[in-house]
Amino acid sequence: MEIFKAENITKRFATHLALDDVSISVRENSIFGLLGPNGAGKTTLIRMITQITAPDSGNLFFHGRKLIPADTEKIGYLPEERGLYKKMEVGEQALYLAQLKGLSRKDALAKLKYWFEKFEIESWWKKKVEELSKGMAQKVQFIVTILHEPELLILDEPFSGFDPINTNIIKEEILRLKKNGTTIIFSTHNMGSVEELCDDIALINQSQKILDGSVSEIRSAYKNNIWEVAYLDQSGSGLQLPEGFDLLATEEEDGKKMARVKIGNHNSNELLSALIPHVSIVSFKEEIPTMNDIFIQKVNEMNASKKLANA
Amino acid sequence: MHKILLIIKREYLTRVKQKSFIIMTILGPLLMGALFVVPIWVATQEDEKTDVLVVDESHLFDTSFPDKENMKFHFVKDMAITEAEKQLEEDYYSAVLYIPQNIINSNGAEIIYKKQPGFNTILFIETSIENELEGLKLSEAGIDKKTLAAAKTDIKMRKSKYESGVKESKNTELSMVVGMLGGVLIYFFIFLYGAQVMRGVIEEKSSRIVEVIISSVKPFQLMMGKIIGIAMVGLTQFLLWIILTTTIVSAAKGFLGVDKSTLPTPVPMEQTLNGQQSPLQPNLPANQTDSEDMDELWKSIDKINFPLLIGVFIFYFIGGYLLYGALFAAVGSAVDNEADTQQFMLPITIPLILSFVMAQFVMNNPEGPMAFWLSIIPFTSPIIMMVRLPFGIPYPYTDLWISMALLVVGFIATTWFAGKIYRTGILMYGKKVNYKELWKWIRYH
Repeated sequence: MEIFKAENITKRFATHLALDDVSISVRENSIFGLLGPNGAGKTTLIRMITQITAPDSGNLFFHGRKLIPADTEKIGYLPEERGLYKKMEVGEQALYLAQLKGLSRKDALAKLKYWFEKFEIESWWKKKVEELSKGMAQKVQFIVTILHEPELLILDEPFSGFDPINTNIIKEEILRLKKNGTTIIFSTHNMGSVEELCDDIALINQSQKILDGSVSEIRSAYKNNIWEVAYLDQSGSGLQLPEGFDLLATEEEDGKKMARVKIGNHNSNELLSALIPHVSIVSFKEEIPTMNDIFIQKVNEMNASKKLANA
Repeated sequence: MHKILLIIKREYLTRVKQKSFIIMTILGPLLMGALFVVPIWVATQEDEKTDVLVVDESHLFDTSFPDKENMKFHFVKDMAITEAEKQLEEDYYSAVLYIPQNIINSNGAEIIYKKQPGFNTILFIETSIENELEGLKLSEAGIDKKTLAAAKTDIKMRKSKYESGVKESKNTELSMVVGMLGGVLIYFFIFLYGAQVMRGVIEEKSSRIVEVIISSVKPFQLMMGKIIGIAMVGLTQFLLWIILTTTIVSAAKGFLGVDKSTLPTPVPMEQTLNGQQSPLQPNLPANQTDSEDMDELWKSIDKINFPLLIGVFIFYFIGGYLLYGALFAAVGSAVDNEADTQQFMLPITIPLILSFVMAQFVMNNPEGPMAFWLSIIPFTSPIIMMVRLPFGIPYPYTDLWISMALLVVGFIATTWFAGKIYRTGILMYGKKVNYKELWKWIRYH
């Protein structure tokens, strides 16, 4: 069941087409990665989900029905550009923002108490935001974003500005939220965290969606049938590869040799049986492209074909 | 609705709790109080004792200078002026008045001092000399002082307005003062608190919190919440100022024991002089004419329709602020920092300053076409109508109703326009915006 769906969204700013017939679908209780280079249209799409802007054409659905203004209370949003009132006290400000999301003052207070204790930041309550470091302010903002227990949480580059320790705390928090039923839309350039956290992704480039699906499916779809073999060559005969196998590269490390082999139409068993008579195998694994590789490959492909079309 | 209340509450409380608000609230009435109290205090302060050595080479004056409280004239005969100047060294005389022999022709005298005497002292001496010389010249010409005094004429014009069979006397000076006061208050309120709206919007935009907030509320709610919240801050401040000023002024009056007799009167010198020199002149104590004027003033004040005036004042006070407040918000949303506001401030400040400048022409002819149009157009009406009002609006107040209705239409229109600009502007960063761009935002659906 999907919690959010965007159907054929188009949005044009004066001279610039920000989104061109984009559709995405976010499964309930999943982490959805919204990927794309800078200026691709991710923020525009996110602002439509938070109802800051509206599409020129296309439809937005929440729980299978049209998105309505009251849904903002069920959505949490951490924008990429963080910001709090600098001159306002942390506690007072958190209370204010929570109440704007529809929490009563009493509930907000109780929840804030819980989170401030959990993150061990009770002493910040009376401090003004301008007295906090950037990382501290980010932490406060993260709490404020999730305080009203949104069903759909949108995090735009949530780890930027955090040190590795705090990054880890936030990562754990995100996974815990997911476990408790929250759906998360996660926009980032950090492909490592996409592989680690996301179930599904959509890749947007130049206002168009160019790829979507589950992370594991996409990665296996982009396999190049390359296998990585580590072996010991005691006889000194080297790799004897039959017809149809391509040796892409070899290197040696601590007496152990590594080879990357493209197996073409053959399967991995055939490669193994060809190798076993000559060398002793240490490890054997398929090379699965990283999201980073896929991202770069897809974006470059599209940009090149656009250039070609324009030329 | 409940969320806009939250926004109003925040805007109001954060400002009212600020130190600068509390300081301004206390300082304002002190300054206002000082404005009333200091002149009175200064007036009640007795001048230092002044002893003037008079070297009269013309021998026209001799002892004819009346001694004044704290001012004594010492006439010396046949002392050279250089000798007299030396007397100043001994610090007994504070000044030497030198009257040359040919004063009647030259009209020149000289005062030599170590420490500058007050303006009033010099004026007093000058008047004394003038009076004496005038008297001399008159008697030489064979004119009696009595005759002259009898010939002096001072017309007092009473102004009355005739309308629908009712004659009503008017005090134009008072109308001017009341009108100007209302106009000035509205002018400052719009500028002071309009600028606060603008700064608030810029703060939200530059700190980037605006995106968080408008993911919870509509931009229009945020804008209106801010404008209304700040209006309430302004009203609170004005109210506190009025209360505190009244308290301070009345307390100070009581403390200084100021009563009518010690209040500075506009022409005390001449009156006392004339009174002494020509006993036949109607011998009025100086205060009596003042109190007659005061009675007249009180009567005129009583005639002012205060409930109407205050009611209309509050309407224009709020209406004018709302009209301009929205525009200030729009300007704030279109820029990244306060330095960039200049180019957009011009269209806001021009009608305000224009109203202010035109106010005196309106006073000259409060029922003329300029007064009419400026008090109808929403951008100038908040100030000009306040200036016009004390002079009276023809019954059944048609002008006033039109003006008020147009002001309401005006602020709805500016708020609508501003809302369009604001909505787009608050999310626009790093772009130099011009008027063409703003127009695009307004048309943008």
